[in-house]
Amino acid sequence: MELEKTIVGNAAILSCSGRLNMVAAPKLRAMVDQTVADGHARIVVDLTDTSFVDSSGLGALIGGLKVTRQAGGDLRIAGAPEQVTTVLQLTNLDRVLKSHSTPADATRDW
Amino acid sequence: MHRLSIRVLVVLTVLAGTIYLGWRWGFSVAWDNWWIAVPLVLAETFFLIDAYLFGLAMWRIKQRGPAPAPPSGATVDVFITSYNEPVWMVSATARAAVKIRYPHRTWILDDGERPQLRQAAQSLGVGYLTRDSDWADRPRHAKAGNLNNALFFTEGEYMLILDADQIPHPSILDKTLGWFTDPQVGMVQTPQWFVNVTESDPLGSQAPLFYGPIQQGKDGWNAAFFCGSNTVLRREALMQLGVVGYVREVESAVRQALRLGSRMLTRTATEAKDQGPEVVAALTSVRRAAHDAMRQLDAGHPVGDVTYAFQQQVDAASRQIVDRDVVAMRADLAELAALAVGTDEEMGGVIIDDVAIGHLAQRDLSPLGALESVRALVRAIDVDRTEEAQPMMPLATMSVTEDLATSMSMHAMGWKSVYHHEILAHGVAPEDLGTMLQQRLRWAQGALQVLLRENPLTNRGLSVGQRLMYFATMWSYLAGFAALALFAAPVVFLCTGILPVRSFDLMFLLAFVPYFLLTQALFCYVGYGVTSWRGHQYGLALFPIWIRACVNGVANVYFHRPLGFAATPKTRQPGGGIPWRLIWPQVTVSVVLVMAVVIGLTRLYTGQADDALATWVNVLWVTYDLLVLSVIYRAALFQAPETTKELTR
Repeated sequence: MELEKTIVGNAAILSCSGRLNMVAAPKLRAMVDQTVADGHARIVVDLTDTSFVDSSGLGALIGGLKVTRQAGGDLRIAGAPEQVTTVLQLTNLDRVLKSHSTPADATRDW
Repeated sequence: MHRLSIRVLVVLTVLAGTIYLGWRWGFSVAWDNWWIAVPLVLAETFFLIDAYLFGLAMWRIKQRGPAPAPPSGATVDVFITSYNEPVWMVSATARAAVKIRYPHRTWILDDGERPQLRQAAQSLGVGYLTRDSDWADRPRHAKAGNLNNALFFTEGEYMLILDADQIPHPSILDKTLGWFTDPQVGMVQTPQWFVNVTESDPLGSQAPLFYGPIQQGKDGWNAAFFCGSNTVLRREALMQLGVVGYVREVESAVRQALRLGSRMLTRTATEAKDQGPEVVAALTSVRRAAHDAMRQLDAGHPVGDVTYAFQQQVDAASRQIVDRDVVAMRADLAELAALAVGTDEEMGGVIIDDVAIGHLAQRDLSPLGALESVRALVRAIDVDRTEEAQPMMPLATMSVTEDLATSMSMHAMGWKSVYHHEILAHGVAPEDLGTMLQQRLRWAQGALQVLLRENPLTNRGLSVGQRLMYFATMWSYLAGFAALALFAAPVVFLCTGILPVRSFDLMFLLAFVPYFLLTQALFCYVGYGVTSWRGHQYGLALFPIWIRACVNGVANVYFHRPLGFAATPKTRQPGGGIPWRLIWPQVTVSVVLVMAVVIGLTRLYTGQADDALATWVNVLWVTYDLLVLSVIYRAALFQAPETTKELTR
């Protein structure tokens, strides 16, 4: 999995391309931690180019949500492709995390 | 062993049992003596239901052969969980784990955080994990917490869980991983077998009936369950449980917080008028926000968005109020929030205490106090689950038997389990009665916690067979009450002549004896002649433990009383002599039984009792009771062989 960070306004966009699975999950967690430590507590995880996500990957999102909320910010997800949406529904995580269509859409009220 | 012959035996047994119990209820209960007659017939009904559940398991007994070839290139972590076992014991297990042939990484999960063990791990070249700082001042959840912590420091696709004393065979992964080629398999359980147990096994440590026909029977219904050690788990299955559990906990906690918040705000609405228009406005807007948040949750809006928006609105409302007021009321608040949102010290898990909430809602809060309380409450149970060390708890933390609870959730999510009937690890069993009783108490309490918290019979994710298989395990722990009736009935008759049945005549024997003999035959046959008698003895002789477990389970689940979790010590506990303190109920019952026989026979010979057949049937019955109870004396006198340490070193 490739991770790329861009800062847009007061939000940090983390783009994940490839497989967000048990091997990649710790990397995403580490990057969220670092981003928050750098002072960006409002994070959008852009999943547009994510080909696959498993429950460990979802775990990294939940971990990130915790870190950002505790820093007074938020973590949102955007651009989830079909496989990701399916996994979100299967685990009910869509009851907590809304999948925005684009990063811009996710940051609208920030 | 043929499935067909087992099925024939099962049908005959439950048929005989049903006829007997039908006759008992219909024609044989001495209703005049209901106070002893009804408990006895209820106890017998309990055992018949037990027989039905056992028969159901045997109906589908699944004897798997070897697993398919293991997948190549799978990543595996071997977790050795330890709390207070001696360093030499954990090291021996770690050394054996390193020698497991299938490529893997070995980790010692040390909940005791012992520097010597860290050193030992380093010198063995295995990983060493302890809880990270997030666990400080938060519920630790015992072994489940230990494993949950490790899950987020490792990344293998599969994990083998070993208790500190379970020495694995080098082939353990080669022989089990193949089952995971079925992508729906989430767990493979292998037997637990103990090296420090003599042939007679007075403590009943080996469980050949359980790690054999019972697990195989459950396996037939896809309900073989996780037993805490010697188990391979699929990370994806566990993580999925973690995500699902997280969503469930967050949603219910947030809803409860919002409900409570609305109530508090409503109560202070009139009072707010005295405090000026700003306060009224702030209060109104927060009440509206709470109301909106609830409506949005009901409409299916994501909890994350709803809580975020709510926090923002509360923040905005609070800003309308001058700081001076806010400071004045803050002191009250920490206390208030702490009052309602506690954590169950032993199990962890947020408890939103209904009683405390009642108090909180009735307390005369100032309007500002109410406003700030709502904020504190919602903050406390936001989507980040600050009350827990980690938001996701893949291994169930709602019971002290995390294994049973976890596999039930796994099955409910649609995963399959496998019972692989081959001894692939050798462990150490408790060596004294006290430790053994503590272990049984924990198992029983754990199973009853699961029953009371997540009744398998009403779990919609489970198939009917799975529901019954889980229920069977919990049902068997109710045997303590039935045992009391089995002890009491003959005593009552022998001492007073009062019969719980219409009569102990030929008809009684004709109905009872076939049922009794068939039950014994069934156990003997499916147990390949293994000593199921020992298990049967303990099922009744440990009645004080089972009853205590029921009482504690109810107190814990409904009244939030702590259970007092204790890891089972793996080494001999000091102390000698007969532990009378532990077995006084059994001693008392034995004495009463013997006295009853003396009284009964005296009554017969002096002509006070006229029914000789009934007297002899009851004497036989008492003899049976005493034989059952005798196991506890053997266990109390038992001294484990001193060679144990050598064997396991």
